Amino acid sequence: MTPMRLTAVTALLALGVAACSGTTKSTVTSAPAPAPASSSSAAKADPNAPIKQGLKLAFLPKAINNPYETIVDNAGIEAAKEYQGEAKEVGPSDASASSQISYINTLTQQGHDAILIAANDANAVCGPLQQARAKGIKIVAYDSDAAPECRDLFINQASSEEVGRSQVKLLAGMIGNKGDIAILSATANATNQNTWIKFMKDELGKPEYKDMKLVKVAYGDDDDQKSFTQTQGLLQAYPNLKGIISPTTVGISAAARYISGSKYKGKVVLTGLGTPNQMRQFVKDKTVEKFALWNPKDLGYLASYAAAALVSGQITGAEGETFKAGKLGERTIGKQGEVILGPPFTFDAANIDQFDY
Amino acid sequence: MAKVLRWDVLVGALLIAVFAAGSLTSPGFATVDNLSFALGDLGEIALIALAMTMLVVAAEVDLSVASVLGLSSALVGSLWDGGMAIEAIIPIAVLTGAVCGLVNGLLVTRLGLPSLAVTIGTLALYRGLAYVVLGDRAVAQFPPDYTALAVNDVPGTPIPYPIAVFVLLAAAVGVVLHATGFGRALYAIGAQEQAAFFAGIRVKRIKLLLFVISGTVAAFAGVVFTLRYGSARADNGVGIELAVIAAVLLGGVDFDGGKGTLGGVIAGVLLIGLLRNLLMLGDVSTEIQSIVTGLLLIVSVLTPRLVSLVRPALKGSP
Repeated sequence: MTPMRLTAVTALLALGVAACSGTTKSTVTSAPAPAPASSSSAAKADPNAPIKQGLKLAFLPKAINNPYETIVDNAGIEAAKEYQGEAKEVGPSDASASSQISYINTLTQQGHDAILIAANDANAVCGPLQQARAKGIKIVAYDSDAAPECRDLFINQASSEEVGRSQVKLLAGMIGNKGDIAILSATANATNQNTWIKFMKDELGKPEYKDMKLVKVAYGDDDDQKSFTQTQGLLQAYPNLKGIISPTTVGISAAARYISGSKYKGKVVLTGLGTPNQMRQFVKDKTVEKFALWNPKDLGYLASYAAAALVSGQITGAEGETFKAGKLGERTIGKQGEVILGPPFTFDAANIDQFDY
Repeated sequence: MAKVLRWDVLVGALLIAVFAAGSLTSPGFATVDNLSFALGDLGEIALIALAMTMLVVAAEVDLSVASVLGLSSALVGSLWDGGMAIEAIIPIAVLTGAVCGLVNGLLVTRLGLPSLAVTIGTLALYRGLAYVVLGDRAVAQFPPDYTALAVNDVPGTPIPYPIAVFVLLAAAVGVVLHATGFGRALYAIGAQEQAAFFAGIRVKRIKLLLFVISGTVAAFAGVVFTLRYGSARADNGVGIELAVIAAVLLGGVDFDGGKGTLGGVIAGVLLIGLLRNLLMLGDVSTEIQSIVTGLLLIVSVLTPRLVSLVRPALKGSP
């Protein structure tokens, strides 16, 4: 027993020493930030360079069977045909943080010109993406960003600020800037939704919305059943509720389903972010008047053209550079290599039948 | 029949065949970068498989390893975020794994519960604890010196550091399993627990030790996983236990205990890893990849049984 006890004491002592003198978060974060990748600082953009022929691109979505991402990726693959490039979609079957890593390695070995990725975890994909860039492969993040130092560009579907503020404006227009409102979000930790809600609250602070009161933010966890019962709960708990914003496609369709079959139909205004196919019946039966979303096809299209412009040397990813994105026209790169697709598109009874996704 | 056609030898041959096929058909396969990555990607599975081999040989199993990995990862993330030194965090995480293993072991040996049931329970329990520790958050920004250790190769070789650790541990486990009395005791326990007990082997104590080792190794794998991906999350490594057990079975270790070699398991781990890598390079979809691995596993479990059925028939009844 004695040697074991001795080992234990020694280990504890060592632990104590390490705890006092080791590498901590503060020693790491106070160190100077790593220099940006040399490839982007050394190269010079030539806006007039032609798009190279026969480019090989690969889309790596969060998961291969996510219908939303399939629309995005297919549009990007179609776009590649316009400039005589070749694109494919590969990816894991589950959207876990680490499952994209082996795919990044595979695509690197296969010698693609660019990898377009919707990152499951901004940091977990960083190392392999850096290795790909070291081999001269361009990285374009779309839909969900990777850490900025690990990619050349991020194609943002819409600026978070614009999404948040426009939701409030949309609802305010329908309830005459007056009454109690609630938000039905995804999970309490969802990065996207929380950023949007922050801007919604900020927008509500403006004087023109002084008669609108946010009474509750509920969380349906992006689960259909839970979002359904949360909606039910909201409407019972707040009988004076005039409007609900649900900035998640799962939430808004579950809420619409509940309202369409309840006595609240026509009394409570529901809006948020949804897809036309999910929301069509609720727009037709007048449960929902207007809702918004960006066009996922345009997102894939823009990402595809951005990757081609990067590989062809038209842009390097620096702020202020511009490139032509086919039918979408000219785009400018913003801060930290972000390209914004545009304001969210508003769907209503008049235009919803033009969209199928 | 006996020596040449042993299953683990067959797996080794299959491994060589896959490697040869890969080198011939896929230009990106037999490159230093790719192989180094493929090895690195196997690191956690390979490490855990070492401890799992010993458990399965002794006719036990630990299904909670992936959850211990997740708990260790969550703990590393949470403590790092709280400002503790990484040099202190790593031993704490590994020690926590040992405690997790101890709990499994005590439940199995003191209460006499089947390890399959116990570790299905702790699979859920430890994963739950991981979420309690870190929630849905992801912690990143680990010190580059340490993440480099989990990613980089030993200078001058295509062998990532975690694999180098694996090689050292594998050598140790190989010696213990195949050249010591303790190793023979494991086979004895797996083959006939009561006989082993009456032969003077301290069955319970040995099993307890195996579970502690399993938890410890899984937690260490959790540290490696966290640093390799540079991201600590409670859901890290979900489902890895199945990959580990698949590799162990593929390597020819009998699930009923008492049979199998470490060499076979190592070949099994490599076979699963390289095959997956090769299929991905060939743009084979994820679904087909799982089908191939699944079939391989069934064949590996089935073949030795068929052989043992057919062999006596060929020789005439004994």
